[in-house]
Order: sequence, then C-alpha cells, then structure tokens
Amino acid sequence: MDLSAINPILLVASLMVAATPILLAAIGELVVERAGVLNLGVEGMMITGAIVGFIVATATGSPWIGFLGAAAGGAALSLLFAVLTQFLLSNQVATGLALTLVGLGLSSLLGQNYVGIRAPSVPSIHIPVISDIPVIGPILFQHDPMVYVGLGICLGVWAFLKYSRAGLVLRAVGENHDAAHALGYKVIRVRVLAILFGGACAGLGGAYLSLVRVPQWTEGVTAGAGWIALAIVVFASWRPGRLVIGAYLFGGVTVLQLNLQLVNVPIPVEILSMAPYLVTILTLVLLSAGRGGAMGAPGSLGKHFHASS
Amino acid sequence: MIRLEKRAQPSRGWTIATPIIAVVATMIAGGLMFAALGKDPVEAIRTIFWDPLFGPFASYARPQLLVKAGPLILIAIGLSFGFKAGIWNIGAEGQYIMGALTGAATALAFYPAEWWIIFPLAILAGAVGGFLWAMIPAVLKVRFGTNEILVSLMLVYVAQSLLAAAALGWLRNPEGMGFPGSRNLAQWAATANPELIAGTGMHWGVVMAFLSVIVAYVILSRHMLGFSIRVTGQSPRAAAFAGVNPGRLVIVCMGVSGALAGMAGLFEVTGPAGQISIDFNVGYGFTAIIVAFLGRLHPVGILLAGLLMALTYIGGEMAQLSLGLPAAAIQLFQGMLLFFLLAVDVLTNYRIRAARREVA
Amino acid sequence: MKRRTLLASGAGAALAASLGLPLRAQDGPLKVGFIYVGPVGDGGWTFQHDQARQAVEAHFGDAVETIYQESVPEGADAERAITQMVLQGCKLIFTTSFGYMDATVNVAAQFPDVKFEHATGYKTAPNLATYDARFYEGRAVIGTIAGRMTKSNKIGYIGSFPIPEVIQGINSSFIHARKVNPDVEMVVAWAYTWFDPAKEADAAKAMIEQGVDVVMQHTDSTAPQAAAAEAGNVFTFGQASDMAAFKPTPRISSIIDNWAPYYIKRVQAVLDGTWESSRFWGGIGDGEVLIGDITEAVPAEVKAEAEALRDAIGSGAYHPFTGPLSKQDGSVWLAEGEVATDEVLSGMNFYVEGIVGDIPS
Repeated sequence: MDLSAINPILLVASLMVAATPILLAAIGELVVERAGVLNLGVEGMMITGAIVGFIVATATGSPWIGFLGAAAGGAALSLLFAVLTQFLLSNQVATGLALTLVGLGLSSLLGQNYVGIRAPSVPSIHIPVISDIPVIGPILFQHDPMVYVGLGICLGVWAFLKYSRAGLVLRAVGENHDAAHALGYKVIRVRVLAILFGGACAGLGGAYLSLVRVPQWTEGVTAGAGWIALAIVVFASWRPGRLVIGAYLFGGVTVLQLNLQLVNVPIPVEILSMAPYLVTILTLVLLSAGRGGAMGAPGSLGKHFHASS
Repeated sequence: MIRLEKRAQPSRGWTIATPIIAVVATMIAGGLMFAALGKDPVEAIRTIFWDPLFGPFASYARPQLLVKAGPLILIAIGLSFGFKAGIWNIGAEGQYIMGALTGAATALAFYPAEWWIIFPLAILAGAVGGFLWAMIPAVLKVRFGTNEILVSLMLVYVAQSLLAAAALGWLRNPEGMGFPGSRNLAQWAATANPELIAGTGMHWGVVMAFLSVIVAYVILSRHMLGFSIRVTGQSPRAAAFAGVNPGRLVIVCMGVSGALAGMAGLFEVTGPAGQISIDFNVGYGFTAIIVAFLGRLHPVGILLAGLLMALTYIGGEMAQLSLGLPAAAIQLFQGMLLFFLLAVDVLTNYRIRAARREVA
Repeated sequence: MKRRTLLASGAGAALAASLGLPLRAQDGPLKVGFIYVGPVGDGGWTFQHDQARQAVEAHFGDAVETIYQESVPEGADAERAITQMVLQGCKLIFTTSFGYMDATVNVAAQFPDVKFEHATGYKTAPNLATYDARFYEGRAVIGTIAGRMTKSNKIGYIGSFPIPEVIQGINSSFIHARKVNPDVEMVVAWAYTWFDPAKEADAAKAMIEQGVDVVMQHTDSTAPQAAAAEAGNVFTFGQASDMAAFKPTPRISSIIDNWAPYYIKRVQAVLDGTWESSRFWGGIGDGEVLIGDITEAVPAEVKAEAEALRDAIGSGAYHPFTGPLSKQDGSVWLAEGEVATDEVLSGMNFYVEGIVGDIPS
C-alpha cells in the first residue's frame, strides 16, 4: 500500500473529466424537474445524442458541429416526450421509460455503419502561462473545452433560476402549476421548453462520451450514465451548485476506487459503488425532515397539468 | 384551436378502442420502419404478432408467452395498487432483485438438503425481501415525507450493487471454477420451479401471477382497501374525510408491490433464470411499470398488457431469427407501441373539442 | 420432492415429441445459429464472433445458412432463444458466452440430434462441445512488447472479472514482461465489467496518473486507447478486435479473437457427418488468437523478438507457462522445464511471484 502514488492534483483533474457527461445530462434534467416534469428518459436521450453527435462530427469533420447536432438530436427525442406528456397528458414515468427504450433502439439502428471508426479529435485547451500554474493549472486550465461548457451551463442555469424573471416563472410552474396557471403563466409552454433544454443537455452529455471520452461509437456507449444523472439531480436537491458537487462526487467515486485499487488498498468495490446512492437517500431524508418538505422536490414534480382539472 | 375537455367518467368505449387504435398505428409506423430497413413489412408484422400465437412453432411460443408475461403481470399488479392511490413505487426492479437474493440465499443455506419445505420457505423469504426493500421508501415517506419515486429509484442501484457483490462473493458457486454466479437453483430439486404441466409454460410464478389478478380484482372492486385506494387517488382530502389513514395506505401499497416483486424475483431465479448472476435482472421491474399503465391500472387490463408485451418480446425474437431484423429495430418497435398506447389514452379520459379561440 | 424432479426432467425431454413440433426437414442448406451476448456493433467480443459468422457464410456459400440473435441476456431468456433456433431448423448452434452454459446444457439434452457449441464453458455432452481460445498465448507476446517499451517500468492491466481466463492473461503478460525487463512492475485494476467505456477510461487514466506507461486491457471498449492517446507517450494494445483506429500509437499491437477457423472447421464437420463432442482450446497455432500488426512505434528488434515468441508459441516449441515459476507467496508452482497443465490453467486463481496485490474474492 503506497498512497503516495496517487497524485491528488491529477486525481481532481481526471474526476472533472469523468464527471462531465453526467454533469451535462444532470443539469438539463434539473431544469426539467424544476419545471415540475420528471423525465426518466435521460439515458435514451443521452445515447441518441451520442450517435447523432458522432454521425455529424464524422460527416463534417468538426466535433463542434457534432456537439450541436447532438444537442439537436437529444432535443428532438425529448420533443416526443413533451408532446406525449404535455399535450396528450400521458403518465410521465411510463413515457420516460418508453423514451429510453426508443432512444436505445434508435441509436443502435442509426449507428450500424459507424462501428470501429474514430471520431475527429477534440484538442485540450492549453493556454500559456495560466495552464502552467502549479496545482491550479492542471486542475482548472488544461481540459478540453466541453468541461468548461458544462460548468458554464451550470453557472448559467444557476443565474437563470435565481435572478431572471423567466427563471422565477419556471420555478413557479414547477412548484404549483395550478397557481402559476391562475397567474397567467403558460404552464405547458414553459414545460415544453424546459424538456427541450433537458434533451439538448443530455444529448451533449452523450456526445461527450462518444466524441471525447471513448471516443468511438459502440452500442450501449452510455452504459447507464443517464440513470446516474437522475440520481445526481436528487442528490443536489435541485440546486445547480450542489449538482456540480454531486457530479464530481459520483464521477469521483469510480476514479477514487480505481486509484485505490492500483495501490492495493483493499476496499470492497460494492460498498464504494453504492455509497453515492445511499448518500443521496440520506440527503433526501435530511431535506424533507429538516424543513418540512419545503426545500425538497418541486411541488408539482411528476404530476400532469390540465387547465380544466 | 383544439382543446381537451375532461370527461366526468372514463369512456368505456374508448377504453376498449384505444389499445386497438394504438396497435394498428404501431403496425403502420413499424411497417414503414421495417420497409426502410429493406424487410417485407407485412411479413415482419405477421411474424411479431401472429406467429407466436398461431405460427408453425406456436406450440412452443405460446407457453413461453406465459413465462415472459408472468413476472411482468405479477409485479404490475402490485404496482397498480399504489399507482391508483398516487403512491409511486418505481423501484420494483430493486425489490425484484432483493426478493431473488433473499430467497436464493435462504434456500442455499440448506444446500444440498432435499426437504420439501425449502421451496415454500424461499418464496416466503423472497416476498419478505422485496417487502422490506419497499419498506425503506415507504417508511421514509410516512415518517419524513421523503419523495418515494426518488428513494425507490435510488434503491434499485443499491440493490444492483448488492446483486453484483452476491454473485461475485458470498453466493458464488464454490464449484463454479471461479466464475461469478450462484449455484443453479433450477437444477436443485428442492428449489426447482419447473413447468407444472409439461408444455404449458405454467410454473409457480405464472400461477401466482394469475392468482394475483383475481385477488386484486376482488380487493379493488369489493374490499375496503380498494375503496381507500380509489378515493385517495381521486382526492386525498376526500379520503381523509372518509377516514383513510394515508400513512397506513402508503405502507400497505408499497408493501404489496414490494412483496409481489420480490416473489417474482424468486420464481424467476428458481425457474427460467436458474441462478443469481451479475446481470440477473433484465428490467422486468421497469417494464412492469409500463405494463401497469398500459393496463390502465386495472387487473384485467394488466393481464392483457402483460401478454401483449410478452408477445412483442417473443415475436420480436422470432423476427430476428427468421427475418434477420436487428434487435434494435425490435426495441424501437416496442417503444413505438408504448408511445402510441400512451398517446391515445388521452381519448379515454378527455374529449377533443374544436373550440373557438378563448383563454384555455 | 420426487414428483417435481420427475416433471423437471420429463418436461424437457418430451418437449418436441409431445408437442408434435414440425422440426424442419434436413434438405436444403445446413442452418447454423449464433447466440450473442452483446450487440453485433459492440466492436469487441460479439463483433468478432459475428465477423466469424460472416466468414462461415462466405466460405460455404449456398451450402450453409446462418442466423443469429444478438443481445440475449444470460439468464431466463437464453434457453428460449436457443430453443427457438432449434425450432427454426438449426442443426448446429454456437452459444458465445460463458453465461449460456446451463441453458445450452438444458436445450442440448432436449434435442440430441442438434449439435451445440458453447464458448468458454466447462460442461459437455455427446452433442455439446466447448471451445475457448488461449488468449494467454497472445498475452505473452504483448507482455514481451510491454516489458521492452515501458520507460517507467510500470505496466498496467485493466481486468474485467477475477476469473481464470483473466488471471491467466495477467500472469502470462507479467511473466514475459519480467523476462525481458527484470525491473518491471505491474498494477491491476478490476473494472467489474466487460464493457463500460467511461469506467475503462477512468481505469486507464488512474494508471497513467500513477506512472504507468503501458496499458493492457481485458475489457472490450476503446476508451483506454483514447485515454492513452490523450496522455501521450503511453502505449496500449487492441483487445478482442484490432482497434486499428488507434494506430500507430498508442495502439502498438493487438490480440485479436479470430473464431473463423474453428467455426468453419466445425460447420464442415457437421456437413461431413464427422462432428464429435470435444473440448477445444485453440491458440496462436490454430489461428484462433492473432497478434495484430505491430506498428512502427516499436523498434525493429523488439518487433522481431515478439514475432519470434509468437512463432515459437504457434509452433508448439514454447509454452508461456514453462517452469521454473513460483506462485505469489513464493512457493514453487512449476519446476524447471515443467509445463502447466490445462486443468490448472482453466481453474487458475493465483498470481505468479512478483505481482503485488490480492485477487479479490
């Protein structure tokens, strides 16, 4: 056992990368849930984004256009969910699960001819001077741009929810759609937009896997990342700031666990892998016990809205 | 401008008509997809919907429909209790895993004894395992008001980790050459859960699924519990006036669904699956949620929805084999079917009105 | 209890007869079925099996027809999938994952006229053969290259599950890396998955951060290759498939699963009526394990050394597990010149001397 072999700076830097796909997907789902909608189809939207992004990137040779395509692909799939749940009033849980099924099937059909191809590469940013600052440089300033895009989106969502009027409306719709409706807000319009945003972010997260982390198209490339994203939203108790911490924690557990294995620290893998979920449940309990449920889940989460009901 | 108007009562006619519309729409959309993939659409649709029932190998496929539908129906029936009352247990997958684990572990503690009592004991242990796992979100909801959707979902991941730990560690077959996975329970007479009558597909799990449909029907339509569930689902306030104890209802509904899911897991691990392995669970717990909704939360509806789901699985496998359709196309086809079924459901509860422009 | 036992066995054996199933007639092409555990587009294990299936079709033309079913879960659904293949008229069925073992045994017992081939298992029957590949032979070759190429003298091995096949690979690559470089150390990370790109990338990264500069993998995705490419100055080897997209670096060679020769041989045997149950464990000499192109990043003399080792193993002149070898605890495993038996190898659950760490249990 020689813990000195683990370089904490590199550990932090690599867990930032490991967390990026789930961070992207989770921030999108956070907005969706703050609008009062539970979309369990994150995995399906992620993998659709992964293949659409890959196809676009290989066709155009530009990973950036690929990421745009991925966002569009994820959003397009989420539009199905939006139409069903918002206009046809279908149950959100069942529709979300069906969306995952559709996404997985669609992506492997689309990807049939893309197995074994390498995607155009995404260079890491290396800014002279600041990237070379000891400790902070490697942690903060030597990543590929999508790491910063992910953090930027989180920052943007935080500011949007906290300071903008539209953010206020979105939260109102999520907390109590009947009251929001009575105040004249367009509940369904807000929710559809939130769902599309969630789809786009999930698509970006998926494309980060197929274009940066793996980077190749293989069926099942997301391997359950979408479900982890759902957990992170809950862990974060629907706050963008905590979401970043949650994503790093969930992403970091795997990285840490593998690092410990390499220096022969005998840690039962199973306990480490279930720990984040147990912590999430504990968080939920503390939140709902501590403040009488007020700071827990958005009030209208998962309930469908119909103006006449 | 089209608007929806809520019906006072769900329409009986549409309840029957909508699934048919959905299936037809799926056949058309799916047929187009199959044609785009270069396959004969008519043959593909026939292979999926007709061949498992009446095709040349139907005598094998029909019993398999029951094997596949059994766990789906059993779990979905349990879920429907809570769903009707607005209690959302979406962690049936976890309860299914825990039932299989506790049941298998209980049985294997007696290995290699051949007492008849082991199998009933394992069923009981499976039900208790699923029940206790469901009690976690139930008790947290009652005690702290924690959201049961999220807790039960989180517990699926925890159960999966426990399953992996069991398959790799404490339940691993000591004679298995170091490979992950438990002893084969289907090949140990004390726990085997085979077909009860050869060629029917009926194992104890399927029997239990049918029984659960009947019992659920009676409870929901004639028993006080059914009344409590319905009134709570329609209006929690009215339920409070009617003397329904909401906490107890949460415990009962979650408990029933957990126990049934746990039992389904046990029947599966002792029968068709045979052993605890890392990827023992194949999503029955999640698919059952869809089945419950497709069945409109009604016991008979769930029975039919479970059989329809099973039909697309078995028929889909046949289409893969005989037409060379990729598995992904079948998955997408199933997704379409679900989407159409969910989409047309609106007609049951709402009336479409062409309204003049007004503030909706 | 007796009654249930009776039903269990009776139900199976009588299935075809009692239901009067119209098992398809013999005339026409021989129908061969393949059950895959993953999608054919996984780029690894299943992809390679499907390549071999296509090779069978190309080789036999109209004499053979193949069908396959992909993504069949290793559990409740496997037995039905195999049975349906029999009903579709398959006379030879390959089940290509360890987890299909009991299902294949059950179906084989019901249909004595159909031949079954189960990959990587250990249960056989008169109409059920097993086949596997001696991946450890390939590991010896890439272990040699790894030992020569490492500058930090630290090589990494991403393991999937602690099962004999993987442990053979770890030991074989370590022995041969040590042989050419006595200072080499090896670290092992267990991913507990055959395929999870994100986790594999994490494992490779963690290794690289701890000073590893040659990464070997026993998992199927290309994610470790990408992680190595990003880090620079790290070498990797393709696993299962060639992973040629990452040539010339980081991927400097590969171990390719090539099932085609075996599949063609067995299909031919059924056509000739000479098929017999057997346990086949093929290696480099049988063309079942291929060493992919060694790229120009490898110095010519190392390449020559690796190819010489490959050829020595292929010809049978050299066995990768030849004594003297000790176990991790220092006890003698193989005496000078002694060669490991297949029995010991197929149940291998110990590290050889020099590897640090414990095999999880």
